[in-house]
Amino acid sequence: MPTINVNGADKDVSDPAMPLLWYLRDELNLTGTKYGCGAGVCGACTVHVDGVAVRSCITSAAEAAGKKVTTIEGLSPDGEHPVQKAWRQVSVPQCGFCQAGQIMQAASLLTKNRAPTDAQIVEEMQGNLCRCGCYQRIHEAVRLAAGGV
Amino acid sequence: MLHYIEQELRGQRDKNLRISIENVSRRGVLGGLLTTTGLILAIDFSPATAREVVKPYGTGGDGMPNKTVNNPKVFIAIDKDGTVTIMSHRAEMGTGVSTSLPMVVADEMEADWSKVKIVATDGDEPKYGNQDTDGSRSMRHFIQAMRQCGASMRQMLESAAAAKWGVDAALCSAKDHQVVLLDAAGKEQGKSLGFGELAEAAMALPVPAVDTLRLKSPDEFNYMGKGEIKAHDHHNITTGKAIYGADVRLPGMKYSVMARPPVLGGKVKKWDGAAALKVPGVVAVHEIEGVYENPRKYGILGGIAVVANSTYAAMKGRDALVIEWDNGSNDYDSVAYDKEMTATAAEPGKVIRKQGDADAAFKAAKQTFSADYHAAHISQAAMEPLVAVAQIKDGKCEVWAPAQSPFGAKNDVVAALKMKPEDVTLHMTLLGGAFGRKSKSDYIQEAALVSQKMGGVPILMQWTREDDLRHGFYHTVSVERVEMAFDDKGKCTAWRHRSVAPSIISTFVADSGYKFFIEQGMDHVNVPYEIANVSCEDGKVMAKTRIGWFRSVSNIPHLWATGSAVCEAALQLGKDPKDFLLELVGSDRTLNPKELGFPEDFWHYGDPIEEFPIETARLRNAINVAAEKAGWGKKLPEGEGLGICAHIAWQSYVATVVHAKIDKDGTIRVPEVHTAIDCGFGVNPERICAQVEGAAVQGMSTALYSAITFKNGAVEQSNFTDFNIARMSNYPQKVNVHIINGKPSRPAGVGEPGLPPFHAALANAVQAASKKRIRKMPMGEKIT
Repeated sequence: MPTINVNGADKDVSDPAMPLLWYLRDELNLTGTKYGCGAGVCGACTVHVDGVAVRSCITSAAEAAGKKVTTIEGLSPDGEHPVQKAWRQVSVPQCGFCQAGQIMQAASLLTKNRAPTDAQIVEEMQGNLCRCGCYQRIHEAVRLAAGGV
Repeated sequence: MLHYIEQELRGQRDKNLRISIENVSRRGVLGGLLTTTGLILAIDFSPATAREVVKPYGTGGDGMPNKTVNNPKVFIAIDKDGTVTIMSHRAEMGTGVSTSLPMVVADEMEADWSKVKIVATDGDEPKYGNQDTDGSRSMRHFIQAMRQCGASMRQMLESAAAAKWGVDAALCSAKDHQVVLLDAAGKEQGKSLGFGELAEAAMALPVPAVDTLRLKSPDEFNYMGKGEIKAHDHHNITTGKAIYGADVRLPGMKYSVMARPPVLGGKVKKWDGAAALKVPGVVAVHEIEGVYENPRKYGILGGIAVVANSTYAAMKGRDALVIEWDNGSNDYDSVAYDKEMTATAAEPGKVIRKQGDADAAFKAAKQTFSADYHAAHISQAAMEPLVAVAQIKDGKCEVWAPAQSPFGAKNDVVAALKMKPEDVTLHMTLLGGAFGRKSKSDYIQEAALVSQKMGGVPILMQWTREDDLRHGFYHTVSVERVEMAFDDKGKCTAWRHRSVAPSIISTFVADSGYKFFIEQGMDHVNVPYEIANVSCEDGKVMAKTRIGWFRSVSNIPHLWATGSAVCEAALQLGKDPKDFLLELVGSDRTLNPKELGFPEDFWHYGDPIEEFPIETARLRNAINVAAEKAGWGKKLPEGEGLGICAHIAWQSYVATVVHAKIDKDGTIRVPEVHTAIDCGFGVNPERICAQVEGAAVQGMSTALYSAITFKNGAVEQSNFTDFNIARMSNYPQKVNVHIINGKPSRPAGVGEPGLPPFHAALANAVQAASKKRIRKMPMGEKIT
């Protein structure tokens, strides 16, 4: 049986075809990762696979097998990842539903690029939708996290 | 919204419009002894007695089912360790209400915010008061009750300390989570008791009568009006711990999705679930009977429910269903419908506001203006698709749901399951956005009904994004004609606004083809311009889908049209659009609905107009503030321009200036927005800014991107691939919010009124930038 390392622990995969999103939510009860579209077009389900942001709704468990998956629950042991801190400092969320995905996307960006330009922030974040319209603060929080919180 | 509609249906509205104002006499705060009974006190020197006795005023909250509740024993609990738990009874969908209302309680009771815990209540209006969270009215209707709640608790704590010390309560003053002892001169004696130490004794005391409460004066506020309190749930949200509808987990819980009729009015003709049952993880397939008669209200659409061990298996099972639908006779076609509405808008409609003689003024006019403005259906499309969890155990049904009206939803479940009200409980989860859709309980009823079919098994009913977009209660679609007549000096002598749009009321009663008083009261009949002759007309059109409401409802099409027309007319007259807007707003005055020919049933956002008068000076001020902050009149480069729009809505006065910039490829961009909002009293400025910033982004979606269209009775869109909303690649870059406290101690609505002005302000800015006028929403991302 294939396994996925989720937030540091190896987990068995029973149905390799199941999208990672539903595996995380329904099998592992890691509900921080959200379902928004099921088509990879809203970003609410964003997690890291080997440190890189992916849309878990269109990534099968098989594709993640043998890899390290990090969800919002595992981003930091105490919720003090610089991106999480910046998000709170700027008071980004309104309803908050998309924010786990936004945070995972931003954290992935800052891992590969510690000092992104505004254009790079937009390029990275534009696939993550927010219906409440928090983009201004998301943008500000990414800048803040890049600068060190 | 529904509660307003229910009032209409029960014929209670007139009564509610004449809400009596409690005549509470001002106590002799400065005049020595107070003659009240209860817990009050006698001396006029202590800081406590210097507090103002705020005269209660009437709001629409008094006319809502189950009104407001101000009982501290319902809303507050204090632990021995001093932790203060405050109940949050309104739905939290992102407005920050679960922070803002408890903050009011905490401030008034002198609680230390860092020791406050907030707990969401169940849907239980007899206990907590009205919970139907819409209409931008949580703060507007509940600030008084929440202040009274906090003040009662404070006075109970002071009385408890007085009893412990054996002194007069007037010598006990609550401050920063403790009660301190004062001497006769009001000086602190170095003795104090913490709230935790006093909790038990305080809670055993009777709740003081409302007219004995001493509310804080604004200069004593610790939190209200400051903007320093952060939303209480942001740690949970940023760590993935916040619980939304789909995050509820129960032992033995199964996941369900449903196949619903693709066309409204359709039903299942034949179906076969054998293949679905073969999908690994699928445990059951059930036909769920829909509500097929008109009006459907929140009746479920019916269809086939697949129940499985995971959401994924349920979806796979649904894909494997073989269903033959009877689509019925609904042939809704958006292109044909727009043509029909346009033709209707060209003919005289039912006159709903008549002031002066508009026909004569148009005949006598030196010049006139006329234009039609179109706006599309919108899906609320909250990021959290519809979802609910229900189980039935030992004859009791328990529901967990992101419900905008938790008590209303609970009652709908009671009716759907044919159970007794006392046997159904609804727990509120966080709402991952709502914007009006989660007022409608169909998805919650479905969870309960499938659980019932399954013998009570806990069911998580998950709607996919496609379900969410295709089975909605859509924001109306509209054609609005605006006409103006001018004399030889370019003064506007007549105004005609004919609105053609299917009505929300068609979802609840037999459709007359006309809008009802609530829709008319949103920037239609109450246009606040100083024009001698006004004709507001309603054109008949029958609804062909379920019309629901979206954030700010009919303000959107109405203001989209009038806000665009004012700018267009100004340019026709060779006037500055902002100056012409102010010219129309006219002299500083309080509108008299009767004199102005407003309809008899004029709806003033549910509030008594004596308490929330329509004051044009406040609108003028908001316009001036927004214009000044935006640098109205400044020289901008080629391809850039400013547009302005303003309105009075939900008792707030809002003006927005949008700066548009047209890229070389025609892409419409918004580098900056300035919105001035006079919301009476900005209780939680930080969340007010968030709401107004978000309104600009949502406005960008509505103005440029979002549309639901129908063909052959079915919705054409499916996901965020073809129902588009603003992305980070093109959103209003810098939204500056200017809060004006135009009515101290009397907050007005915030959640909705910031949205509608954006649309016309953007269209006006686009015209300033490109000389092109767009009269259709969504405009599209690029102008050609």
